[in-house]
Amino acid sequence: MNKYSIFSLARNALSHHENWQKAWRSPSPKKSYDAIIVGGGGHGLATAYYLAKEHGIRNIAVLEKGWIGGGNTGRNTTIVRSNYLWDEAANLYEKSMKLWEGLSQDLNYNVMFSQRGVYNLGHSLQDMRDIHRRVNANRLNGIDGEVIEVEELAKRIPFLNCSPDTRYPILGASYQARGGTARHDAVAWGFARAADSLGVDIIQNCEVTGIRREAGKVLGVDTSQGYIQSSKVGVVTAGSSGVLAAMAGMRLPLESHPLQAYVSEPIKPILDTVVMSNAVHGYISQSDKGDLVIGAGIDSYNGYGQRGSFSTIEHAMSAILELFPIFSRVRMNRQWGGIVDTCPDACPIISKTPIEGLYFNCGWGTGGFKATPGSGWVFAHTIANDQPHELNAAFALERFITGALIDEHGAAGVAH
Amino acid sequence: MLLISCPWCGQRDESEFSYGGEAHIVRPPDPDAIDDEAWADYLFFRTNPKGEHREQWLHSAGCRRWFNVVRDTVTYKISAIYKVGETPPSQENESQNNNQSEQVSK
Repeated sequence: MNKYSIFSLARNALSHHENWQKAWRSPSPKKSYDAIIVGGGGHGLATAYYLAKEHGIRNIAVLEKGWIGGGNTGRNTTIVRSNYLWDEAANLYEKSMKLWEGLSQDLNYNVMFSQRGVYNLGHSLQDMRDIHRRVNANRLNGIDGEVIEVEELAKRIPFLNCSPDTRYPILGASYQARGGTARHDAVAWGFARAADSLGVDIIQNCEVTGIRREAGKVLGVDTSQGYIQSSKVGVVTAGSSGVLAAMAGMRLPLESHPLQAYVSEPIKPILDTVVMSNAVHGYISQSDKGDLVIGAGIDSYNGYGQRGSFSTIEHAMSAILELFPIFSRVRMNRQWGGIVDTCPDACPIISKTPIEGLYFNCGWGTGGFKATPGSGWVFAHTIANDQPHELNAAFALERFITGALIDEHGAAGVAH
Repeated sequence: MLLISCPWCGQRDESEFSYGGEAHIVRPPDPDAIDDEAWADYLFFRTNPKGEHREQWLHSAGCRRWFNVVRDTVTYKISAIYKVGETPPSQENESQNNNQSEQVSK
């Protein structure tokens, strides 16, 4: 794989950029692999990359039913932060944050990680108490965070409506300076390219239709491109996790819902940070192209159709206009829905299963993008060693039986 | 936007209703008699099907009564609506679902 650099850019400029090497191969599936990752989203590709890089397992296939970056990885609002309340979640997301901070260099691919800061607004005294508590918890875990009072907030984000005369007046915010955004497509492409260059086969248009198993062990998977054998199968399929679990005769504590994201027409730079509000329930940032990138809540009902309901659009827009009345005449350009698998405690499941050699990484719900590198890193460890890393030990499937839930509904930023 | 026919009020817009999740989940009659796994299955584990789903809806901005809906989770098409306590339109699925939950609780 050719390395991307200023020199390769200059060299390819001389040939009008017509001779760039393909970023990854398009191999046909082999009969057998040491490990199969089902799902070629960011988390699946990251898993394959870290399996190859950290654990020396390179005979891997990533099976993607559509195309790389066509699922939730390309359908989110690209926010990255690690300011979660509980130790288990905070440590997991902070691991991810540390990987983000060196990811472009590590992958030799510019994922456009921009630490422009993330504000989580508080609109009531109880919100502010929760924010104080969460910021204190973050700092005790070595994660940066500060509480910003509303006067300071009004100076930092000029068009944010900090008037006391609104329906839900803003009283302050938590601020994580190291938070920000990343280019979501580049994350998928960067991990795909880096994994491919370590020998991972990325097989697109290959839908898994069955999981073969015998005597409690995984044998392989049936796919639209034939049967593929492997004694280790990692499933990272977000909204479709329930469907894959059913293939293995299991059920999961998950429900699949559509989550929409919206972008406006491109406008001149107006918002240089990320603003999220739990109470009015919307979040917004501005991309480098100039579009406002907006997200809000899930559709309340179960759904696998990759689109969202109109009432949810209206709700999202009214939340954003409550915060930024100046955007009232900005026209929205595009809207799309991804299927998220929400978990009862708003935390993921990164776990072994009762079936030997079958692993699930799911339940990220509405906030999986920020965890992409860390999720892959701990899942690779779990698959390679057949036991979880200490960072994901608490995120086992068994927690729903033992009752050791990790309730992150507050810090997940979205009321499910 | 879904148009849902409340069995009491007739056809109304989706925004009048609240969603109540999977239907026909029966609370174990004697929670002390079952193990943690079976209790977890009742509390948290769901069928989450891609396709026909039997689910509960509440007409929260109307008559405030619960009822059941059979809806396809891919096309969102509603194929049947029936009152709580009534027999679901397709008994076949009923027995399938029961088999699945039995498998998990083993």
